[in-house]
Amino acid sequence: MTEKTLSPVDVVVVGSGWAGSIMAKELCEAGLSVVMLERRGRRSTARDGAYPSSLDELEGAVRYKLFQNPADTTVTVRNRMDQEAVPYRRLAAFLPGAGVGGAGLHWTGVHFRATPQDLRLRSHIVERYGRAFIPEGMNLQDYGVTYEELEPFFDRAEKVFGTSGEAYTVGGKATGKGNIFAPDRSDDFPLPPLRDVYTAHLFRQAAAEAGYHPYAMPAANASQPYTNPYGAQMGPCNFCGYCSDYACYMYAKASPNVNIMPALRRHENFTLRSNAHVLKVLLDSTGRKATGVVYQDAEGNHITQPAGLVILAAFQFHNVHLMLLSGIGKAYDPVSNTGTVGRNFTYQNITNSTVWMPPTRSTDQFIGSAGGVAIDDFNCDNFDHGPHGFIGGSPLWVNQAGVKPIAGAKATTPGVPRWGSAWKKAAIDTYRHSFTINAQGSNMAYRDVYLDLDPTWRTSYGQPMLRMTFDWKDNDIRMNRYVIGHLEGIVKALGARDVQYGMREEGKPFDVRAYQTTHLCGGAVMGEDPKTSALNRYLQSWDVPNVFVVGANAFPQGMGYNPTGLVAALAYWSAYHIRTQWLKGNGGPLVTP
Amino acid sequence: MPDIPHRPLPTSPEAAPPQPSAASPTRRHVVQGLGTGTAALALAGLAPSAGAQAVPQGGTGRAGSATPSAHTPPAPDAPRFFSPADFALLRAACERIFPADTQGPGAIALGVPNFIDAQMDTPWGRGELWYMQGPYRPDAPANLGYQLPYSPQQIYRKGLAGVQAWMRQTHQAAFETLPPEEQDRILEALEHNATQFDGLPAAVFFEQLRTDTIEGAFSDPLHGGNRHLAGWTMMGFPGARGDYMDWVDQYDTPYPYGPVSISGETA
Repeated sequence: MTEKTLSPVDVVVVGSGWAGSIMAKELCEAGLSVVMLERRGRRSTARDGAYPSSLDELEGAVRYKLFQNPADTTVTVRNRMDQEAVPYRRLAAFLPGAGVGGAGLHWTGVHFRATPQDLRLRSHIVERYGRAFIPEGMNLQDYGVTYEELEPFFDRAEKVFGTSGEAYTVGGKATGKGNIFAPDRSDDFPLPPLRDVYTAHLFRQAAAEAGYHPYAMPAANASQPYTNPYGAQMGPCNFCGYCSDYACYMYAKASPNVNIMPALRRHENFTLRSNAHVLKVLLDSTGRKATGVVYQDAEGNHITQPAGLVILAAFQFHNVHLMLLSGIGKAYDPVSNTGTVGRNFTYQNITNSTVWMPPTRSTDQFIGSAGGVAIDDFNCDNFDHGPHGFIGGSPLWVNQAGVKPIAGAKATTPGVPRWGSAWKKAAIDTYRHSFTINAQGSNMAYRDVYLDLDPTWRTSYGQPMLRMTFDWKDNDIRMNRYVIGHLEGIVKALGARDVQYGMREEGKPFDVRAYQTTHLCGGAVMGEDPKTSALNRYLQSWDVPNVFVVGANAFPQGMGYNPTGLVAALAYWSAYHIRTQWLKGNGGPLVTP
Repeated sequence: MPDIPHRPLPTSPEAAPPQPSAASPTRRHVVQGLGTGTAALALAGLAPSAGAQAVPQGGTGRAGSATPSAHTPPAPDAPRFFSPADFALLRAACERIFPADTQGPGAIALGVPNFIDAQMDTPWGRGELWYMQGPYRPDAPANLGYQLPYSPQQIYRKGLAGVQAWMRQTHQAAFETLPPEEQDRILEALEHNATQFDGLPAAVFFEQLRTDTIEGAFSDPLHGGNRHLAGWTMMGFPGARGDYMDWVDQYDTPYPYGPVSISGETA
């Protein structure tokens, strides 16, 4: 191993996913020299999304071709503070990406804006229900930025992503379609919604019959050929069903690789280095200024890249991990309730219910896209929580992104054997005639749910692993059960022959063995108070003002919607303020605490 | 051209295991490690039945040779990773998990045992896709996930050797020579963790076997299973067609086209 120090650059961006790509593009446009560091290898549609070789369920969704290899780095997990956390040795519950494009390459493409309520949830709850409505131990917080402030950046992200959807109102004018709970928009979606697949069509009819308000889910899958503001071209989605876990061979699913990289590569002031695993951010003797980063290259050399501005844009928990390893901000201590880095770690509260249609109806689950049909009647505070005594909610939806046969056959049904002829018969019947309705709910933040450094296990780079302390809490369990309780009316209207409701159960801890979602949030959250947030409203570290930390780590609590739309909008928001304020100032804090 | 993975013959000594023999120290250790073998079988209602004892032992270790089935499967492809004895047991167990029946072909006809054999000599089989550094906490709560020090190769080595030793103790016969109903009872005992094999809980071995059998039956034939796309035909999955533009809104009309593989094979 050798150590080497490179020539200084203006900006180093850690991570090449959506957050990193957006930040790099914006800062290149501002004329700065930008080095982007990606832990793993280069990826492109031509190689990783080639047709037909990439349509390989074993390689893509079972052996996790596009994902982080736990042998390289992983985390430790426990449910409670009095337990010893143990390593997450096999990927299952959540699947962080690795390689150029990050999670933006393997995501499905569901592309929501955050709701106005979610962005100021604490204020909203206090205004409507009073302070006493917030349970003891729940760290309910505002983002410090409003929907109105973020609206232009949501709009920008949709245009870059080529998002398909149906607006409810544009400039205050109703379109006659869309989600009645959606906030107003300055412009329509760049593309019309994707067509409903059969199961989504069934859900739309049944939800309407049950008295709810179905709408087409916004999807960063192009419903028509599209050229984005960067000149990047997308092909039309053909519903091949290889969205989640795959690179889209049709160039129809937005990814940093398709939608931003081609334009980014044309900037002479842009450099991408892959197989560059950042070990820490370097600080000067005051600890208040970053001087660059040190990374390990493919040969094991430690390379120092000096930079005037450091953007952490790795996956949610890698950002938090790097802050802890580097000493940026004060590590959170749940006992003394001090420190902010690691605080407000949240997940998403998703359960899946299966409905079986009559044997005469083929659900063709292999047809899929990131679209689908949802209802928001039980999301956010779209219903009166007063009588229920919990905070949060779930959209309900059919988001059929293509069910392949290994996943289909692995699904087990209570009361049905798990192997042998009876299982085979049930598995084939389930694959051909069933479909899944998801309740993808919010997850609140709690004092004893957090991230810190593990005392025992180390990554392959010799650094302490990140430790997750996470469990489901009463508020979130009751929220999920309340929402699932309302699914019955929809199932009845569907004319289903059987249903298996998936819901949280009291006393059943968070389980890492089955996939739930990769929508991990928080740990280095944005906010207005440096005592309860690691970042200010511009995603700038309160403690080291030339470090900005961009990603779902900034969400104070988990929302019902998918995080990417908000991550992208926050990246554009942060970049805008770096360009218009920070670069013109003295490099200090954009907000005075 | 797409990258079709080549699966070369194993070259490292580790990938070509020595033939296990009942006299080897390893095997003796495994047998001792069982400890609860006969008792567990009795608890699980698996004391050898008269029927089981009446079936002649195969001797050659070839599945099918002693099974009184109307359809004798074709001679199996020679395994690359597993010993003939291990492979005979593997074939028989896969076939009970995924049996030939009125729904369609079983695991052997689909090439599932050969799929598993090929998977052993991959990064996944060698445990390179799992975090495999200690310390290990095998007694951690189950919901915190897999905590054993064994790679897939080691799970199969221990599991197959363990079942063989267990069968010798309890049935005085190889698993693959037992009648299907008896094989099912043994697999149920494994599924319900009735014993352990030298530190490997029987249920961990069973779950790996079940999972890999499903993956072999339904993955693209380039991986060695799903022969003639018969797994996909059974499930009603069109494979690598990757284009349903014409069928998105043909509601309630079953998709009419059969499967296509990555190599262009059709069924």
